[in-house]
Amino acid sequence: MIAWTIYITFGGAVLLLLLPRTFARWSALLTTIAGLVLGLIALVRTPIADLAHFTTIVRAPWVPELGMNYHLAIDGVSLTMVLVTGISAVSTVLFSWDVEDRQNEFFFWLLLVVAGCYGVFLSADLFLFFTFYELVIVPKYFLIAVFGSTNKEYGAMKLTLYSFFGGIFVFIGVLIAYVTAGSLDLNQLSQFQFSPQLQSWAFPVLFLGFAVLAGIWPLHTWAPTGHVAAPTAGSMLLAGIVMKLGSYAGLRVAMNLFPQGFQMWSKWIAFLAVVGIVYAAAVALRQRDLKFVIGYSSVSHMGFVLLGLAASTALSVSGAILQMFSHGVIAALLFAVAGRMIYPRTHTRELDALAGMNLSRALPFAAFTFVIAAAASMGIPGFSGFAAEITILIGVWKTYPLAVWITGAGMVLVAAFTLRALKQSFFGEAEAGVHLQEGRVALDPDWNEQQSITAAEKCGACLLMFATLAVGLYPKLLLDRIMPAVEAMRFLK
Amino acid sequence: MSYLELLKLASPEIVIVITALVVLAIGLVTGHAKSSATISTAKPAHALSHASTATGICSVVAALGLAIAIGAILVLPQSTTLFGGMLVITPLTRLFKIICIALAFFTVLLITSQKPPRHLGEYLALVLFATVGLMLLVGSEELLMIFIGLELLGLSLYVMTAFDKTDARSAEAGLKYLLFGSTSSAFTLFGISLIYGMSGTTGLAAISEKLATASVQPLLAVGIVMTLVGFAFKIAAAPFHLWAPDAYQGAPVPSAAFIASGSKVASFVVLGKIVLVGFAPMHGSADWHAMTAGWSPVLAALAALSILIGNMVALAQSNVRRLLAYSAVAHGGYTLIGLVAGGRDGFSAALFYTTTYAITLVGAFGVVGLVRRETDGDDLSNFSGLWSRSPLMAGCMAIFMLSLAGIPPLAGFFGKFYLFSVALRASPNHGLLWLVALALLGSFISLYYYLMVLKFVFVDKRAEASVDRSSLFSHHGLAKVTISLLAAAVLLLGVMPDILAGQILAAVP
Repeated sequence: MIAWTIYITFGGAVLLLLLPRTFARWSALLTTIAGLVLGLIALVRTPIADLAHFTTIVRAPWVPELGMNYHLAIDGVSLTMVLVTGISAVSTVLFSWDVEDRQNEFFFWLLLVVAGCYGVFLSADLFLFFTFYELVIVPKYFLIAVFGSTNKEYGAMKLTLYSFFGGIFVFIGVLIAYVTAGSLDLNQLSQFQFSPQLQSWAFPVLFLGFAVLAGIWPLHTWAPTGHVAAPTAGSMLLAGIVMKLGSYAGLRVAMNLFPQGFQMWSKWIAFLAVVGIVYAAAVALRQRDLKFVIGYSSVSHMGFVLLGLAASTALSVSGAILQMFSHGVIAALLFAVAGRMIYPRTHTRELDALAGMNLSRALPFAAFTFVIAAAASMGIPGFSGFAAEITILIGVWKTYPLAVWITGAGMVLVAAFTLRALKQSFFGEAEAGVHLQEGRVALDPDWNEQQSITAAEKCGACLLMFATLAVGLYPKLLLDRIMPAVEAMRFLK
Repeated sequence: MSYLELLKLASPEIVIVITALVVLAIGLVTGHAKSSATISTAKPAHALSHASTATGICSVVAALGLAIAIGAILVLPQSTTLFGGMLVITPLTRLFKIICIALAFFTVLLITSQKPPRHLGEYLALVLFATVGLMLLVGSEELLMIFIGLELLGLSLYVMTAFDKTDARSAEAGLKYLLFGSTSSAFTLFGISLIYGMSGTTGLAAISEKLATASVQPLLAVGIVMTLVGFAFKIAAAPFHLWAPDAYQGAPVPSAAFIASGSKVASFVVLGKIVLVGFAPMHGSADWHAMTAGWSPVLAALAALSILIGNMVALAQSNVRRLLAYSAVAHGGYTLIGLVAGGRDGFSAALFYTTTYAITLVGAFGVVGLVRRETDGDDLSNFSGLWSRSPLMAGCMAIFMLSLAGIPPLAGFFGKFYLFSVALRASPNHGLLWLVALALLGSFISLYYYLMVLKFVFVDKRAEASVDRSSLFSHHGLAKVTISLLAAAVLLLGVMPDILAGQILAAVP
């Protein structure tokens, strides 16, 4: 039944092309809610024992001459990713409620990204997987280039070309695996013994291709510019789920197929991940644009995911998957506040300008949301960020103790830039000349727009806050399903 | 072998020739009436409607003839050989004759979206003669017959390219195409004569037998290279691609579409047959660090050059048709990879790729034709704001461009995957990985310029205000339906590639 997430979302996208404008946002909302509900049903109904292995849901011949099948499967890891996709998608639609220009087209591209992500997370056939993976690239271009803001065409092109460049390496890796093993079934491929000599070069090619999308340092530069250029919904989707495609694929395909290659290269991945965590946090500390701060924080948080994967213990990899979930929710929340709640009401994202507005008085709900998001992002206990990062660090300790020390120092930097952003954006000293009323901030007194936080924004924010709190307080809910699935993978030390 | 049987087996070609003659006659009669009607200025409205009925009749007759020819192919026996391979009917030739006729059919439908040429009857007759050329090319396994097919096709295409008498570019393109084309024919003929000299036969299968026992001689190498050079001109592989940009840009849009689609498909079918059947013993190897002499390293070099030059130069183009021409050079390069890989799989991968490419390009030229009709130009800037003028056409253009770039779930993506996987499998130790990596790099570059086209279509807003929405794209219903059908086919072949790939695999011997 979980396969219907894909069909419903694609169907919803096609429907949007035919429906009149008035129904656009409602049909998009219903489509994404349907996806989330299906994910939740699967979470509740599927027995935990079934999630320990990549269990087939659908399997039908597609191009029999070439051994391609339409093959979907699910395990605890996929289920977690499907859930975060559903949550991000629903909140993204809610935070795009006031898109007026070319509405149908906007939600069409948006649903296409979501559908592609569901497809990637559920594919058990390498060709099908790669099809969905590449499918996600182009809708992002249109979302950003048509509906974006700051320097949108540059940001969109950069992001698309980076993704496609990574896609080339993935293409080569996929072809090599297919041609050598003569199969495209991921379960069969993960049993196949590739020669160590092949693994030693095929693994880095494949993993690097995926890591571009995950924002690995030094191939991360598309992420901040892309996030800034994108419309709020685009940044939420990008940070929330699209970056996860890279790390998920690295785990599911690169590491599972080429375990020996992974062992040869894992310390380099760990090195890049640690550099990414510290470097991005340091850069975020110096940014003036709130969206750039959040964009670099995404790179830093994805560094934790890669570090968890590189350490290759059951605990660290499970933590990495939990971090994918957690960061998907938190990044969406942060971008929602910056792009959707603050920017339309202040027409600026400059921290210096925001510091003069003392927004916490004008937009109390936004301030509350941002405090929660910042706390979760810093890793305060009780939020999902803490649960995920502590799991990763404990897991990594056995393999790379030094990395844990450096990352610990990096976490201080994360706290520093988050607190700085929080203080400047919401709790600055009000300057004279800025007019503050309940729900309204205006540098110009004549500027008279509807300013209060809308119901749709409140619903979206509450959904995301609930998700991060629920998983933070009871991480067992997901970890119980993730751990057995990870333990079944063969690359573990 | 009685003549009656020959007539029966060649009936599809004969049907099309007769149709061409009928169309020519209709054009002659109505063209005369039209010129006399324009002289008497009393009833201009009547003259106009008269001319458009004549256009309609010609197009309908041509389309009908093509449809009957497809029917005739389906009725004829599955496999026969006449005159030692001069005329061959196999599942492969049947399939590709149908594909070529279908491409011609779509070209005829697209003509209606253009400003009708002055002598529509003659133009349609030329399209039909070119189609016969395609069918002879596809349906022959004998070098002389292939050469005749090439010439029939080429001569029709030269005239079709230069057909727009009011446009100096068209004449220039026609002349360039003629000069390059006839040079390439000379090369081909020279190569064929050398091969005939070495093997004493012109039948492909017989040549293959002779070559298997013969030792490698310089003269034979010259013959093979000359033949390949001639075909490299035809498929516009670099460095023999110089005619393509001018022909694509200057020719009337349907002619350009036909050159890019039908002519290319048939040339690849024939090239594949010549190298894989006729020159089979001289395959050689294009593997990295393990190259051995033969035709495959030559084709590999052509492929590599085409991919690099085509994609690099396309980056700098501001005219969509020129851009498509350079991208066609690159796509020719990708397709050659399938032939370099060789074997049944390589051939069918190349054929799948070139067929889907042809369908895509006919559609893309259809959109270009509509835009040209409406804005009097086909530069990138003419496409700006197309989204707001005709969402349907903009969507179709997106499908065509993204398929060319190799984005799933469109036909181009599966085609590339198929081609590259076959190439990697062709030799042990992934010897052709260098070529595949180069092709992937090329398709990465290509994404940029295809996205530039789409950027103008979807993002650019400059021209939106200046164009009146209501008047444009309101007619040309037929062209729009045709283009939408082609876009749907590209999408369908991407989602369910088995429809075509299965057919081709079953047909390739």
